[in-house]
Amino acid sequence: MFDLLNLDALVDDARSRVEQAQSLDALESARVALLGKKGTLTTALKAVGSLPREEKPAAGQAVNRAKQAVQGLLDDRRVQLDSARLAEQLASDAVDVTLPGAPPRAGGLHPITLTIERISSLFAQIGFETVMGPEIEDDHHNFEALNFPPDHPARQMHDTFWFDANRLLRTHTSSVQIRHMRNNQPPLRIIAPGRVYRCDSDMTHSPMFHQIEGLLVDRNVGLTDLMGHLEGFLKRFFDQDDCDIRFRPSYFPFTEPSAEVDIRIGGGAWMEVLGSGIVHPNVFKAVGIDNEEWTGYAFGLGVERLAMLRYGVTDLRQFFDNDLRFLSQFHASGAGA
Amino acid sequence: MKFSESWLRSWINPAVDSNTLAENLTSLGLEVDDLESARPAFENVVVGKITSVAPHPDADRLRVCEVDAGEGETVQVVCGAPNAREGLVTAFARVGGRLPDGTRLKKAKLRGVESFGMLCSGAELGLAEDKSGIMELADDAPAGTDLSLWLDLDDTVIDVDLTPDRADCLSIRGLARDLSALHDLPLTGRDIEAVDAVIADVHPVELDAESACARFTGRVIRGVNMQAPVPTTITERLRRADVRSISPGVDVTNYIMLELGQPMHAFDLDKLRGTVRARLAHAGERLVLLDGREVELDDSTTVIADDSGAIAIAGVMGGASTAIDENTSNVFLEAALFLPEELIGKPRRYGCHTESSHRFERGVDPAGQREALEAATALLISMTGGHAGPVTEVVLDDRLPQRPTVTLRAARLARVLGVAVPDEDTARILARLGIACEPVDGGWKVTPPSHRWDLAIEEDYIEEVGRVRGFDSLPRTLPTLQPDFRAAPESRIPELAIKRLLAHRGYQEVITYSFVDGARQELLRPDLDALVLPNPISSELGVMRTSLIGGLIDSWQRNASRQQESVRLFETGLRFLPVIADEHLDPRHGDDIQIDDSVCQQTLLAGLIAGRRRAESWNSDNEPVDFFDIKADVEALFAQAAGVSVSFEVAAHPMLHPGQSASLLVDGVRVGYVGAVNPGLHEPLDLPGQAYVFELSMAAVNTSAVPVTAPISRFPYVRRDLALLVDEGVSHDDILASVNNAAPAGLQGARVFDIYRGKGLPDGKKSVALSLILQDISRTLVESDVDEAVSAIVGGLSRDHDARIRD
Repeated sequence: MFDLLNLDALVDDARSRVEQAQSLDALESARVALLGKKGTLTTALKAVGSLPREEKPAAGQAVNRAKQAVQGLLDDRRVQLDSARLAEQLASDAVDVTLPGAPPRAGGLHPITLTIERISSLFAQIGFETVMGPEIEDDHHNFEALNFPPDHPARQMHDTFWFDANRLLRTHTSSVQIRHMRNNQPPLRIIAPGRVYRCDSDMTHSPMFHQIEGLLVDRNVGLTDLMGHLEGFLKRFFDQDDCDIRFRPSYFPFTEPSAEVDIRIGGGAWMEVLGSGIVHPNVFKAVGIDNEEWTGYAFGLGVERLAMLRYGVTDLRQFFDNDLRFLSQFHASGAGA
Repeated sequence: MKFSESWLRSWINPAVDSNTLAENLTSLGLEVDDLESARPAFENVVVGKITSVAPHPDADRLRVCEVDAGEGETVQVVCGAPNAREGLVTAFARVGGRLPDGTRLKKAKLRGVESFGMLCSGAELGLAEDKSGIMELADDAPAGTDLSLWLDLDDTVIDVDLTPDRADCLSIRGLARDLSALHDLPLTGRDIEAVDAVIADVHPVELDAESACARFTGRVIRGVNMQAPVPTTITERLRRADVRSISPGVDVTNYIMLELGQPMHAFDLDKLRGTVRARLAHAGERLVLLDGREVELDDSTTVIADDSGAIAIAGVMGGASTAIDENTSNVFLEAALFLPEELIGKPRRYGCHTESSHRFERGVDPAGQREALEAATALLISMTGGHAGPVTEVVLDDRLPQRPTVTLRAARLARVLGVAVPDEDTARILARLGIACEPVDGGWKVTPPSHRWDLAIEEDYIEEVGRVRGFDSLPRTLPTLQPDFRAAPESRIPELAIKRLLAHRGYQEVITYSFVDGARQELLRPDLDALVLPNPISSELGVMRTSLIGGLIDSWQRNASRQQESVRLFETGLRFLPVIADEHLDPRHGDDIQIDDSVCQQTLLAGLIAGRRRAESWNSDNEPVDFFDIKADVEALFAQAAGVSVSFEVAAHPMLHPGQSASLLVDGVRVGYVGAVNPGLHEPLDLPGQAYVFELSMAAVNTSAVPVTAPISRFPYVRRDLALLVDEGVSHDDILASVNNAAPAGLQGARVFDIYRGKGLPDGKKSVALSLILQDISRTLVESDVDEAVSAIVGGLSRDHDARIRD
């Protein structure tokens, strides 16, 4: 005879076994003891087969219910144990998230490089190409073709490192103008960054520093265009719409008219940042460009000077001292990115 | 150039304040550097007249003066000045007054005698350098007058920084001319009248045709008193121009030069020997200059000479033998025109840049000599007395500079300025500047005044119009340009990408001087000659760099001395080779522009690492960097330069450790090297530790192949690992070369993943673990394919290197 009470007892027994299982392994043992081939419920199910035909359906249903109940108990317990195990694992995996990550590789670009890149990319916006030239130059490219006659007092403004009567360390990047105009046909739009050298060293002078030369040659370029472009450049370089830009007449042998450019930010003092002018006819003549067909402007700027103004550097010599504590302050810069 | 604003205003007086006047000058291209008050910071100092002088009872050097300071009763003042005398009109600082050094004047007792104030020297008031005695003011200065008022000290000293083309503005009159154009006002300067000759004396003058002198005006003045006082109006104007008052003769020449721009010289007539002649010096001729120096002259230098030889370097400096002094009573005054093209460079050669040479080198008015001589004569005689002879003028007409006439086209003016200017404005501006201006169709024929050396071509006049109108009054426009694409070769890696790669690998970019210490460079690269700088800033910057490594080592050392021992540094830039040969780094590699064959300028990229591999941290070890760290960085550079195949070859390099260095070869060309700094250099270079360096031609890593993709296999790959026993001398590259040589179809990659030496291996052998990756594009490889491939590779290794498979 099939005993329903006995089934209830089986389920009660199963419940207590399942609840006592403290690990997934123990739970698996309990499952085998209950539902495995020789498990108590499997045995009970088998016993149904031996019942009289008319009792079988009811008994079978009763055993199946009991089996489902036990399976439910097992499943619930598995979920409990799974989440407990995960919780345990998570607890044991916890780290101090405030500890630093793997040590960074502290590299970066020099502020002069960053400044040159910033300026180059601004001029690239209006179609200026970057070109380079040699640093040991000859008298012709550094002076003569730029309309500096021999012994002209304007040469005295350039304290020059001479190697001999002809070769010298270029005193300005303007020499690149000559090389570029010789080898290319107008219209031209170039900037030429690089090292330049003057035989002068003190608090405010370095024997080596950087300039960027700019040259635009086209059919109809006048002084007002030069002023418009340089004003736009300076405002974008300094990220400042609110600044005054002044053009004053000056003298460079290779431009006529010539203008120096001063900037005043936030009502401070005027600061000289650029020299510029309309390309002198003698320069065009030296490179074989027709002065009636073409006009052009040229400018030269001191990179260190702009970098000092932009980044609040007070001592020019810091650029060449290469102290990592100074240089690393530019690692966060977006210039040249 | 510094000058007194009130002096300038005596020539032109626009209705603007000092700051605006300074801005006017700057806007004209005559840049004002500084404005400062002409008045030293003294207070309550008045004109005082000494009415009596008595000896001090207890001090030999002191005297007791009664001073009339305009207060009715005289004031008792004790004074130590040797020139304190009855009747002297001088500067008197009252009790309660203040001196520029901050001293407050109080009633005092000097050796028992009461003193109410102080009689002052020019030095004590900041008005002169003379400390030898109290000031000597004009006898007619009214006692009690505020000294600032009497000396017109309510004035500004303006400092202008003139460009070399504007020699015509190196004078009060020149500055006034430009302001006259700006303000459209006439000049109000004094008229200069000729001084009639009252004696007949002339001194003979001759000019040699090849000398620098195109015009010489001279005049004898007899009976001057060089001990006469110079009026304070003159000394004050000189002081404000930073010129020291010396004597009437010197002061007059300086004053006229400052006012009119014409340098002058005064000879002591009684010291001249015969005809004064402008001629070229004889080579080796010697001359003792006014400053006491003796110079040896060359035969391209013009001198003023007499029968005794050279007595002045023309336009530069006078000689000592004919100098005027306090006993001079007869002078020969000179105002000459020396031509800039002849004079240029001479002051530098003789190391005497003077106010005179500064003007002559840039060009003085070719028509201004006689006028200056007349003005100087009148001024001198007014101070020293004396009798002037007639003016002697010798001119070489064909040497006088010609002023070219050119055409100024209104259309060209508009094009170069970028904006049209009304014709009447242009004509008015040119006229005010003294430019002769004749209207022609579409423009003007223009001729500059004699004092303008800088106006030669059309553009010069365009600048004149632009600057007088004011650059800042012109609109700022944007040109119309044709936008177009430029060539952008994809195979060229921008230098910035190369720099960024190194920065991301932990390198800091540095910039070091291109000139270095020759001795240190010699230690690093004894095999290379360096280009020597004849005039270096210092001997430590005496030669051009042949390598960038020296600068990196210096930067490392400086950082190490500041407790930054762990560094990764790189630099890019040119190196310079006077002899175009370097067996370790081909100087001809790359495409740098060369000026000629005498020097090679080559762009290099160099790096240095030293110290810890990783920054100290809770999660990193303490390992120092090694050869393979820097090699990995070099490999990364070449990895970016896809398509460039580099090999690392053992090669001895003087700078590097022979066992830890490699030469970099691309297509058989040595493009650089990498390795440990030779430990033998640690002591001589005083290195802070072991560093590893690389240096290579930038051109080796700045080109890349444009990617062309290949199909990817859909079939699995097979990996086979081999343990090879080989001789120690067999290198990694030897093994891989052998593998690749055997390279059966389907070999995708081979990698050494372990090297073992020691226990269980015969001496001189090492075990190399090699993994092989095999894959086919069209099918899954079967066992027999793999066996065949491996067997070919093993066969090759065995044949090439006697390699055996370890069991």
